[in-house]
Amino acid sequence: MKKQRKPKLAVWKFSSCDGCQLSLLDCEDELLAVAENIEIANFVEASRNVVKGPYDLSLVEGSITTPHDAERIHQVRRSSKVLITIGACATAGGIQALRNFKDVREFTSIVYATPSYIETLNKSTAIADHVFVDFELRGCPISKQQLVEVLSAFLNGRKPATPSYSVCLECKRRGTVCGLVTNGPPCLGPVTQAGCNALCPSYNRGCFGCFGPKETPNTNSLASYWKSLGTKDPELLRLFRSYNAYAESFRKESEAHEK
Amino acid sequence: MSTLMTYRIEHDALNELIQELRKEKYNVIGPTPRGEAIVLDEITSALELPIGKTDEQSPAQYHLKDRTDKAYFGFSAGPHSWKKYLFPPILRLVTASGNGSDLQISDDASKPNEEEKYALFGVRACDLSAIHIQDQVFGDGTYKDPAYLRVRNQAFIVAVNCTRAGGTCFCSSVRTGPRARVGFDLALSEVIDNEHYFIVEVGTERGEKVMSSVSRRPAGDTEMEKADRLIRAAAQLTGRSLEPDNTREILYQNTEHPRWDVVAARCLSCANCTMVCPTCFCATVEDTTDLTGTEAQRTRKWDSCFTMDFSYIHGGSVRPSARGRYRHWLTHKLASWVDQFGTIGCVGCGRCITWCPVGIDITEEFRVIRETYLMTSRVSSTKEATHGNS
Ligand code: SF4
Ligand code: SF4
Ligand code: SF4
Repeated sequence: MKKQRKPKLAVWKFSSCDGCQLSLLDCEDELLAVAENIEIANFVEASRNVVKGPYDLSLVEGSITTPHDAERIHQVRRSSKVLITIGACATAGGIQALRNFKDVREFTSIVYATPSYIETLNKSTAIADHVFVDFELRGCPISKQQLVEVLSAFLNGRKPATPSYSVCLECKRRGTVCGLVTNGPPCLGPVTQAGCNALCPSYNRGCFGCFGPKETPNTNSLASYWKSLGTKDPELLRLFRSYNAYAESFRKESEAHEK
Repeated sequence: MSTLMTYRIEHDALNELIQELRKEKYNVIGPTPRGEAIVLDEITSALELPIGKTDEQSPAQYHLKDRTDKAYFGFSAGPHSWKKYLFPPILRLVTASGNGSDLQISDDASKPNEEEKYALFGVRACDLSAIHIQDQVFGDGTYKDPAYLRVRNQAFIVAVNCTRAGGTCFCSSVRTGPRARVGFDLALSEVIDNEHYFIVEVGTERGEKVMSSVSRRPAGDTEMEKADRLIRAAAQLTGRSLEPDNTREILYQNTEHPRWDVVAARCLSCANCTMVCPTCFCATVEDTTDLTGTEAQRTRKWDSCFTMDFSYIHGGSVRPSARGRYRHWLTHKLASWVDQFGTIGCVGCGRCITWCPVGIDITEEFRVIRETYLMTSRVSSTKEATHGNS
């Protein structure tokens, strides 16, 4: 069999904490296999050695928050055959999208000594709001197993097994006793996409919604039910307004509990 | 066939029974308190049973409580069902590995493992019926599930008759309990008055063999009557009911009932009801490959008709709305299940009611639709009667 050219991988960072890229470095056991099968052409977190594009696969972390970001993402798209966004920032705007609900100039004036140096957009937005995205991998941070799964799927030309149903399926499969039923709210599992293997519920914590809204999320029913049990609006607002605050259904739900 | 015996054992002989099963190399699975609930897990002694524990259940509520006595089985169906052992939530079916020319396929699902010789200890009547339903699903017909049958055929079943009605269950209305009638090796009834003992009904030769090493004596009539009375009282106390007759007509004639919209507004399509249901049998099959492309795995996982992928065909999902998915679930459970398997697919354990995060109640949803049916059929029969007169 003729040895094929290894696909070239690039990892790009926009506004983010680097946690998702670190998931790639965290793939210790799998990293050798990754390196054997993929040419890591541009991954500054791991190596200063940068190979020029175009790239077969680009992983994009982070959201678009500055005019410079908004321009650069188009260059990334142009130099990438397949573009996969990774993490809550890239897929929904991230925690920094909290600014979207307020006036960002107010923040800069409080935080920075010379706010005039700060050049920033009013909103933090997902990559897919700016360019075409081939696949979105959710999570804050992404799950390392899912990342390996997506890379394997890409390399083998198949569909990744990253279901968009609720966290509850994973929670029940592992036999965790539902904290929502035994202890009361909150657990965002029923409206959040699976992928973490229901990590928090297995440690007696409600799901924080790191993987963003599941397919057909009924946030309204869940929130109304909790409200009937006594959860107050400000708490409901905070529940839905976190890592995936600007994902549409979570955004609408938090807005419904505003003021 | 020799006559099967009924014994009385003292409450502390229960542990002898567990030890006897362990001696016979059974992995004894029973109810045990863990955190906030009574779950099913491996137990090594009767002390691990939920002694003196009970539960309070209502829609979307489950609370563990202490009892005033030392009952071993003073609680109702919990979050787990026995299907997690007979039909495991995640099962690797096949591993295929190859390096260009040479392909090796390993039939992982057919490989027995040491742990899977189970004694299911404390199976309630509803759950026993559920096991019989899954036996039909996985064990009858042309396509049988060898992994299910392998585990199932070895399983030793110790049933427990309910002497207490739970907050969400309704076995007596769907005629599955509270007494276990067939399909067990042993069936226990717990009696606590001024004494604390069990009536043990032997169902099989193998059950008799295990009992022969347990301290016992033949049960007396008064003792058996006492147990009977407790079980009958439990039947009277079940708080919910579901009328199991005519379910097909009722649901098939009401596919456009406005109630489906009402329940759809509440339903989260989170799939919890199907995960906890002891009869729900759907699974998905996931194929994955490793990074090098030299190994592929096929894995079976519990799936649910509440997911979009479940009904995905070319072009999209057949049931994109929560309305369509809830209606499909209820209609399958209570109506098309009858076409498929000859009985309804609900045994009245109440789990879907307790573990639905927003407390949707199958008995209530069905009751509303049934009432419309009864009303319209009354109206049409009066109409017919009127027509007949004119
Ligand atoms: S604990 Fe949360 S994720 Fe788990 S089943 Fe309950 S609601 Fe769903
Ligand atoms: S009926 Fe309840 S448990 Fe079932 S999918 Fe709907 S919300 Fe979830
Ligand atoms: S439908 Fe609900 S009550 Fe009926 S068997 Fe399933 S979980 Fe139990």
